[in-house]
Amino acid sequence: MLRYIGRRLLYMLLSLFLIITATFFLMRAAPGGPFSGEKKLPPEIEKNLNEYYGLDRPWYSQYFDYLVSVAKWDFGPSFKYKGQTVNDLISDGFPVSFFLGMEALLIAVSIGILLGIIAALNHNKWQDYGAMVFAVLGISVPSFIMASVLQYFLAIKLHLFPVARWESLQHTVLPALALAATPMAFIARLTRSSMLEVLSNDYIRTAKAKGLSRGQITVKHAIRNALLPVVTYLGPLSAGILTGSFVIEKIFGIPGLGSHFVLSISNRDYTVIMGVTVFYSILLLASVLLVDIAYGFIDPRIKLAGGKKGE
Amino acid sequence: MKKLLEVKNLEVSFQTYGGEVQAVRGVSFHLNRGETLAIVGESGSGKSVTSQTIMRLIPTPPGRIKNGQILFDGEDLVKKTDKEMEAIRGKDIGMIFQDPMTSLNPTMKVGHQIMEVLTKHLKMDKSAAKERAIELLRLVGIPMPEKRVTQYPHEFSGGMRQRAMIAVALASNPKLLIADEPTTALDVTIQAQILELMKELQKKTNTSIIFITHDLGVVANVADRVAVMYAGKIVEMGTVDEVFYDPKHPYTWGLLASMPSLDSDDKSELAAIPGTPPDLTNPPKGDAFAPRNPYAMKIDFELEPPLFQISDTHYAATWLLHPDAPKVEPPEAVKKRLRKLSSNYPQPVIVKESE
Repeated sequence: MLRYIGRRLLYMLLSLFLIITATFFLMRAAPGGPFSGEKKLPPEIEKNLNEYYGLDRPWYSQYFDYLVSVAKWDFGPSFKYKGQTVNDLISDGFPVSFFLGMEALLIAVSIGILLGIIAALNHNKWQDYGAMVFAVLGISVPSFIMASVLQYFLAIKLHLFPVARWESLQHTVLPALALAATPMAFIARLTRSSMLEVLSNDYIRTAKAKGLSRGQITVKHAIRNALLPVVTYLGPLSAGILTGSFVIEKIFGIPGLGSHFVLSISNRDYTVIMGVTVFYSILLLASVLLVDIAYGFIDPRIKLAGGKKGE
Repeated sequence: MKKLLEVKNLEVSFQTYGGEVQAVRGVSFHLNRGETLAIVGESGSGKSVTSQTIMRLIPTPPGRIKNGQILFDGEDLVKKTDKEMEAIRGKDIGMIFQDPMTSLNPTMKVGHQIMEVLTKHLKMDKSAAKERAIELLRLVGIPMPEKRVTQYPHEFSGGMRQRAMIAVALASNPKLLIADEPTTALDVTIQAQILELMKELQKKTNTSIIFITHDLGVVANVADRVAVMYAGKIVEMGTVDEVFYDPKHPYTWGLLASMPSLDSDDKSELAAIPGTPPDLTNPPKGDAFAPRNPYAMKIDFELEPPLFQISDTHYAATWLLHPDAPKVEPPEAVKKRLRKLSSNYPQPVIVKESE
């Protein structure tokens, strides 16, 4: 197990290196730069700025310097937000996005799985159709419309929650719901279809032949086997949801990481693009690793073998 | 009371888009305590549906028990509610399925799957159930049961999984064990071991067994009595000797003739029954086997044959047993095995159809 994780960490470093390299050169290949705006800067100032940030040096020295500083967990200063480093941006924005994302993830997973199970157990009955109509809505309605609808009805009409801003737990409910809607719908559909497949398996018939009740069969025999595809989906989903959503953060005025991710690109804020991408990649790689480890716990047939065969 | 199970005029249908499939069309048989009854027939003859109906395992809908009674220990299982059936399944009736590779839950320890039966029906606590599970694994011939009990099904071979399934089915000492083609998915040597094991366990526990198979070789090995099913009906039923050495129904002849034997040389072609079983959405008029039956007479296409009784235990539904029917010779392969049985009545008797 430890050997397996060690090997996976090595692979993660390798992927990270490839991601950094690709982003670095793609970013440089894009036209424009951090200091090109509508008003052209005087050439001397631009030259000084480039010198100050080291942008005048040859690409390889910039590239290797960057690799070294990333290894030291230093993403450098932001070009656009004066006086702030990328590390500051991340450590300010990420906790907010993380909290919001966790809340959304919890809603999406718990309600999604529940809906999926209810739909599967009542296959082709009204509960099934109801849940699936709900799921199709959740998948097809974009999050910004969902957010506006929630704001209009729950905040403005019913005064249940505040419309926007990021102040108390109350403020987190609407953005979390809006963020959770699509993944929740997706998880519900995924759970339903894999549950239906599991329920038609021979071992479910065996469980019935043992005299177990419907509830016991569902809880003890069906759910665990049905959750594997959901867990697979959870890896990339959680990385995506935890780093924040640009749209949701904009609509609700939330100071999260998502807006940096998008704005830095149009700003050509090189260090922020790199920093956020690297951070996101680490999160993604880590959650994929977690999912793979979780497989081993859910399904004993999946062995997490290191170099040699375990045991 | 000697009879453990009595099935009377059972009719089971499935509602499909193509119409109502009459899978079981009036099946009656009984099973004595400690006895093994084999139900044989080709795919789609209704043998599995019959057995799953006894356990009330057919999905309803689309399935429906249209008619009949299943008297188990004097109580009619057809009338039981789902909750009442839960108390009978696994406790009084155990079941073994065809494919041991898929019949066990892959993410649950084998021991736990046995313990479930014990905690549910015998109200054992966890440690007692585990002890008993180890004992059961030892009983079904699994070596090192203390270690095996905490393993998962994928760590077992096919034959061992079927042994584990038998342990599950026998965990609470059921009065009846239904084995639905338990050896079909296993290779021949393992098959022989499993059959041997079942016979041995039956001797120890005096369990009655319904053994469903399409393999007549297996039947001869394990059964006391045999019921031959075709198109949702029992066409012939009798003791093993009666069905093997004095078969009366042309379908049974066909089955026996298509059984390869050691002394058949490689020049003679293996006999087969021509054609396919009828579509049970529209069961044919008359005898369902008539279109495939080289001995069919005109009446076979018009009127269903009644049940004739040949001895105390031997029944067959064919017009050939009617006093007015012409004498016919069974196929060569069957003729070779015919013996005179002293228990036969001088004349086959028509059994009155109970309405």
